[in-house]
Amino acid sequence: MADTPIQAAPQEARAPEVPSVVEVLQDLAKTSVLKVQNYSKLSYHSITNLATGPRYIQDTLDQMDDIGVGSLPIVLLSGFFIGAVMVLQTGTQFERFGQASLTGDIVSLALVRELGPSITGLLVAGRCSSGIASELGSMLVTEQVDAMRAMGTDPSRKLVTPRVLASLITLPLLTTISVFVGLIGGMVASVLSLRINATTFWERAIKILEFSDIMQGFSKSVVFAFILATVGCYQGLNVRGGTQGVGRATTQAVVVSSVLIIVSDTFLTKIALYLADKFF
Amino acid sequence: MNLSSSTLTTTLPVTGQAAIEFRDVRLGFAQGEILRGVTFSAQERETVILLGETGTGKTLLLKLASGLLRPDSGGIQVLGKDISGMAESDLLEIRRQIGFVFQEGALFDSLTVGENVAYRLHEDGVDDEEIESRVKEVLRFVELAHTIDSLPSELSGGMRRRVSIARALIGQPPIVLYDSPTAGLDPITSQTIISLILRLRDVYGVTALLATHRLQDGFALANFHFDPQAKKVRRDSSPESARVAPTRFLVLRAGRIYFEGTPDELMKSPDPYLRRFLI
Ligand SMILES: Nc1ncnc2c1ncn2[C@@H]1O[C@H](COP(=O)(O)OP(=O)(O)O)[C@@H](O)[C@H]1O
Ligand SMILES: [Mg+2]
Repeated sequence: MADTPIQAAPQEARAPEVPSVVEVLQDLAKTSVLKVQNYSKLSYHSITNLATGPRYIQDTLDQMDDIGVGSLPIVLLSGFFIGAVMVLQTGTQFERFGQASLTGDIVSLALVRELGPSITGLLVAGRCSSGIASELGSMLVTEQVDAMRAMGTDPSRKLVTPRVLASLITLPLLTTISVFVGLIGGMVASVLSLRINATTFWERAIKILEFSDIMQGFSKSVVFAFILATVGCYQGLNVRGGTQGVGRATTQAVVVSSVLIIVSDTFLTKIALYLADKFF
Repeated sequence: MNLSSSTLTTTLPVTGQAAIEFRDVRLGFAQGEILRGVTFSAQERETVILLGETGTGKTLLLKLASGLLRPDSGGIQVLGKDISGMAESDLLEIRRQIGFVFQEGALFDSLTVGENVAYRLHEDGVDDEEIESRVKEVLRFVELAHTIDSLPSELSGGMRRRVSIARALIGQPPIVLYDSPTAGLDPITSQTIISLILRLRDVYGVTALLATHRLQDGFALANFHFDPQAKKVRRDSSPESARVAPTRFLVLRAGRIYFEGTPDELMKSPDPYLRRFLI
């Protein structure tokens, strides 16, 4: 019966054209601009969605559990050892000048301003940006995103906003925890290897910090959170080419979000130092 | 099966208006134009069988009808509203009037069968008790009440297809779009699905657009009817039942509507291309 496969009607054959270099470059420029535009739109809506309903609070809580609680072990572990290794590296240098007690100051500043936010951001990007991209990508290729749209749900509200919001809330908290644990790691290392008194280390580490240092760390972690969640969502929702595409998007999400985090870190540092100089 | 119960019966006004109308709709991709000026309409309570080879754009056409895709040109009206230029936020509203049964089911694989079916009611903020009773009722309708706590991955292909129909059904939409509901299923399971679709038509009175590459699906829908009194599906090709639940065929070929007519006209057509569907 009609179950027998029938050949599809042949499309009109077209003469293969050899594109010129200019055309290739033009195409490349066009697609890049389009990508940036789509990414900006997605990022913009991820926040403006919050102004009006429906809001998906349960989904946001689930994501906070996944991104926040789920990342806690790696953040704790890496935070502790980053603090310790910082002390070992800087402590020996300061000892040469007989200034071993300065170790607390410098390690604390480095952790709060720089290492806490960026290491936590990169770790969570590796874990969650890829997770988000692969989850949303799989949903896209199995038409679950279309099914959602077909049932009257806006995927931007249901899928993107909860992930971005959850990331924005949890990453600063994770960063705080990471810095705290890093200082403990530093303290342990300085007691064991530099023979510095634990209270001295701790007191100096806390005393050196100013409001501007904390603001710098905090604002970095907020920006990194936004980057890793929106890049993950963008890569996931723009998968092309089935399962293989999902794999590519997952890798792409980690690469792009990590690079963006590192690049933006430089600019944020510059801005923060300038502002701290001017106002604080 | 309790088909006459309150939540499943819809009393749709018959206005004689087209539920879905396509006017010269075109859609193409980088590799060329797929739909090249499609014009047709589906009246309320009509079942339109969209017949076409694999790759002719049946899925695209259904996605256009629910606003999941936008046409390059041409107009699409659904329930009297022009959806081709509508903003996504307004489309979300229209889509609540349309049940979409995806080719592969497209069930949410991390949710249980019950949660999948309840999805739309949850979105609408219906209270839990009502959700539970309606989900159970719809699952009974597709004869899958026992799978309510299973995950979609634990079901067979035919069962997944039925869950997908149940999910499309829960909001009591006046229009249901079926994308190749029997593709890749064995003949017996296909029959179960088709009899489910015709029960749906004869109990709810939905307008249906059904894409398929199998002619026998269309003939089954035209020649069989569900008798709510006897609660049985029976062969019935009388003009009377054809008037109550009319079935029409559209054949899609090379991006256009190649044939449009009743099952009888299709059977008797001397056209060599159409005859290839019949052998
Ligand atoms: N997103 C897309 N991008 C490019 N081509 C597509 C896309 N979706 C569908 N097509 C093409 O459109 C044609 C029709 O597809 P489809 O509607 O799925 O056919 P079918 O009749 O089998 O359901 C196919 O040749 C497919 O390659
Ligand atoms: Mg198809």
